[in-house]
Amino acid sequence: MAAEPQTLPIRSSEDVVKVRQAVRRRAMDLGFSLVEQTKIVTAASELARNALAYGGGGETRIETVWQPPARRGLRLTFEDHGPGIADVQLALRDGYTTGPGLGLGLGGARKLSHEFDIWSEPGLGTRVTITRWK
Amino acid sequence: MERMPILKLGDCLLVTVQVDMHDQLALALQDDLTQRIVATKARGVLIDISALDMVDSFIGRTLGNIASMARILDAQTVVVGMQPAVAITLVELGLSLPGVRTALDVDSGVALLREMLGHAERRSGGATETDRHHGG
Repeated sequence: MAAEPQTLPIRSSEDVVKVRQAVRRRAMDLGFSLVEQTKIVTAASELARNALAYGGGGETRIETVWQPPARRGLRLTFEDHGPGIADVQLALRDGYTTGPGLGLGLGGARKLSHEFDIWSEPGLGTRVTITRWK
Repeated sequence: MERMPILKLGDCLLVTVQVDMHDQLALALQDDLTQRIVATKARGVLIDISALDMVDSFIGRTLGNIASMARILDAQTVVVGMQPAVAITLVELGLSLPGVRTALDVDSGVALLREMLGHAERRSGGATETDRHHGG
């Protein structure tokens, strides 16, 4: 049956690896194919790194969700209390970055997910939620 | 700090990337490899990523950086062993690893490196530096 939601801290690059491992385990438990697992794990890695690099750290919530009658999915929420994103639409664009990265993280995570939701408020932080259905 | 071991085989360096490569480790590998290329005068670098179950934009960029830095230091880089699910995900992410030569496994990677290096040596007699690097 559906496992309990799980919350993991993101304070270091080792924590990003732990998030990847936890997401992989949950995706396997849900019966995701290898490619589906890889996609959600990669999206999780991008978003966890963003929370660390741009948000100064934060946390990940991993939960199993379902849609009647029998559709199950994996929902991940990444939240930080960093400076927030001034222009979310711009931040989602491939190649746009204010940091050292390639600018593929946020947009890439969206491409690898079925549902993508972002909330950000300058000065308050950023929360990104993605869902991938089986 | 942890480090990934770099093996020397003739004039090539070989790295087997471990399963859970975090960002600091990837950056350390980038630094270590460039140092070792200079210290050992290596002409080739083979990076085996068959243990990696995902390559995200950071790891992809690090592989690209290593290949670029190696090229400037007159060494060729081949990345081998990418898992199919990783390749599918990378392309969907929008990353095609430009400038990184790849081969399916270590054997084909070594063969490719030999070919690239042999080619470079044969042409190095009369060819310019630019020609050498565009060859192969």
